[in-house]
Amino acid sequence: MKAALFVPCYIDAFFPEVAIATLELLERLGVEVAYPLNQTCCAQPMANSGCHEDAAATEALFVKNFAKYDYVVGPSGSCVHHVRENLTAIPQTAEVTRVRRNTYELVEFLHDVLEVDALPWAHFPHKVGLHNGCASLRALRTAKMSEIAGPAFSKPLDLLSKVKGIRFVTPERPDECCGFGGTFSVFEEPVSAKMGYDKVNDHHSAGAEYIVSADMSCMMHQKGCAERLGLPIKFIHIAQVLNGARE
Amino acid sequence: MKRIDHAEASSQFIKATDHMDFHDKRLWDLRKKRDRVSEALPEWQDLRTLASAIKEHTLTHLAAYLEEFERNAIANGAHVHWAKDAAEHNQVVFDILSAHGARTLVKAKSMLTDECDMRPFLEKRGIEVMETDLGERIQQLDDEPPSHIVVPAVHKLRTDVARVFADTIGTDRKNSDVHYLAESQRQNTRPYFLKADAGMTGANFAVAETGTLVVCTNEGNADLSVNLPKLYIASVGIEKMIPRIEHLGVFVRMLSRSALGSPITQMTSHFRAPREGTEMHIVLVDNGRSERLGMPDFWYSLKCIRCGACMNTCPVYRRSGGLSYGATYSGPIGVIIDPTFNLRKYSSLPFASTLNGSCTNVCPVKIDIHDQIYKWRRVIAERHQLPFVKQEAMRAAGKILASPKLYRAAVETAGVGVDYLPRFMMYSRLNAWGRQREVPAAPPYTFRQWYLKNRGKKK
Repeated sequence: MKAALFVPCYIDAFFPEVAIATLELLERLGVEVAYPLNQTCCAQPMANSGCHEDAAATEALFVKNFAKYDYVVGPSGSCVHHVRENLTAIPQTAEVTRVRRNTYELVEFLHDVLEVDALPWAHFPHKVGLHNGCASLRALRTAKMSEIAGPAFSKPLDLLSKVKGIRFVTPERPDECCGFGGTFSVFEEPVSAKMGYDKVNDHHSAGAEYIVSADMSCMMHQKGCAERLGLPIKFIHIAQVLNGARE
Repeated sequence: MKRIDHAEASSQFIKATDHMDFHDKRLWDLRKKRDRVSEALPEWQDLRTLASAIKEHTLTHLAAYLEEFERNAIANGAHVHWAKDAAEHNQVVFDILSAHGARTLVKAKSMLTDECDMRPFLEKRGIEVMETDLGERIQQLDDEPPSHIVVPAVHKLRTDVARVFADTIGTDRKNSDVHYLAESQRQNTRPYFLKADAGMTGANFAVAETGTLVVCTNEGNADLSVNLPKLYIASVGIEKMIPRIEHLGVFVRMLSRSALGSPITQMTSHFRAPREGTEMHIVLVDNGRSERLGMPDFWYSLKCIRCGACMNTCPVYRRSGGLSYGATYSGPIGVIIDPTFNLRKYSSLPFASTLNGSCTNVCPVKIDIHDQIYKWRRVIAERHQLPFVKQEAMRAAGKILASPKLYRAAVETAGVGVDYLPRFMMYSRLNAWGRQREVPAAPPYTFRQWYLKNRGKKK
């Protein structure tokens, strides 16, 4: 199977290890991965700010970069959500709608497309609190949402359960938003920081050594909060854990 | 008109840590109760779908149902008035009161009268207005608007209430026992029911088929306000209409479960006709609702039954308090309604959201609240109501991110953490990211640089 790797801008710039783990993991699972070199961003920052005109050229570039692939896989729920649901600042040609439809968040791709059933190389002997970003949870619906009754399910937890040695802790408010919210984090800084503090404290009280998430942007914010609070809690992307990170 | 600065107001709220934490916990508790009682009904999702469909049907046939309601209400012996806006509403109410020589008005909670700013209007004209809902009364005595549409004083600790009551109705300043405070308010309010010339309520539902108003309360104050004075006035937003009495059960089953996590309110009162020797006046109020009904996307907000579930679940609302929105309606539902009243004044509110979507999930009438918040942002940007700094930041980001070359130049320089991210994310306030958070460290290479070095040859 062939797939294109979509590396969101903030992961490219700040967390290259997350993209490396994603690439290596997909390759280990037998996927032939291409990395289009001219990619930048999905245009979510502009579109979420209401600036669709400013988003258009970036969206067009995204489509151009990924047009020839049947699968586009990115390790970030909110960016994939933007592509799938909100990449509408440009005319919706057949090419655009195809790219949007073909774009997958990593956990979805592993769980639903590759149907991964074993990760023999993965071993993470730590107590882990899982953070589902709101776009992954309530838009891509990768897990049961606390507001809607029904049988429990969690795609990220299914995958992590295949990792040897891992133990899970459950915070009091597992799917409360952590307060990142893209530009919200700076334009609504007081509430954003308070939400982040509450989130990391909740995980810390539950006994988490690590917070693991498919959403690195949430963790960038939470990590900044935990470090400022001096909490001994570490952060790692789900791709790294599934790829066999031990740290 | 000055823009509401939600971020600034929220920072004041957060500074009072004990208040904020209590506010957050109290509302989160309501959210958890709502989860429990709604999960106990296997048909909850069907009820939501049905409630949404009834509201959408009614709103798309609103004129007919309003006229049917008017005919039936008049046949029941009520007087029906129409008010196109807040000013007309207030004048109609004042004229009714004046015609009866009424000087004292006891009223139950009504967000619509707050929306119309009715109390100061009447007070200026010599009418004494007594709020009889406990929370609303606390807010009246403290000269503050309600901070929540269901629990108006939820942002106050009991010690705050003790202070307000001590200053205004002479309770013991040191006694903040809730039973003592509630009883003191009751003793203070009760005589007014007997001496008032007129009573007033809002309405949760108006049934077109019967011309009936339905008012859901927990304190019994609405019933006293209606049934003791000789004159009863009800202010009703035109979106409160439901077609038939058989539809009421759908909403009554959901209202209090969504709001407070209780199966039903203590009182569900049907007011249909004036008692003998008294008058009943119904004021049907538009105040921007028709205009909203004509808006693509945003008209769905008119389905709202004012349960407050979206506020209780909203992590931003719980940490910023209702008053930080500077509007009658706060929280997620406020964010999508307020801009219809004044786009410029409320232009920051749709940005007081992380778009997490929890509000949409709890809404009993399935309003797509967070999608509407997203859509409002675009309207605000297109009407040039974004703050200059954000507009410029987005323009610059749009240019950089549309060009692989500019993008690379921005992220591949050393010290990316202070150079690149600030420009498009951090420059709204002076280093807003770093005030309470550490800035991510810049790695020695970007992923692309790593890729070219380690995998480049394969290509």
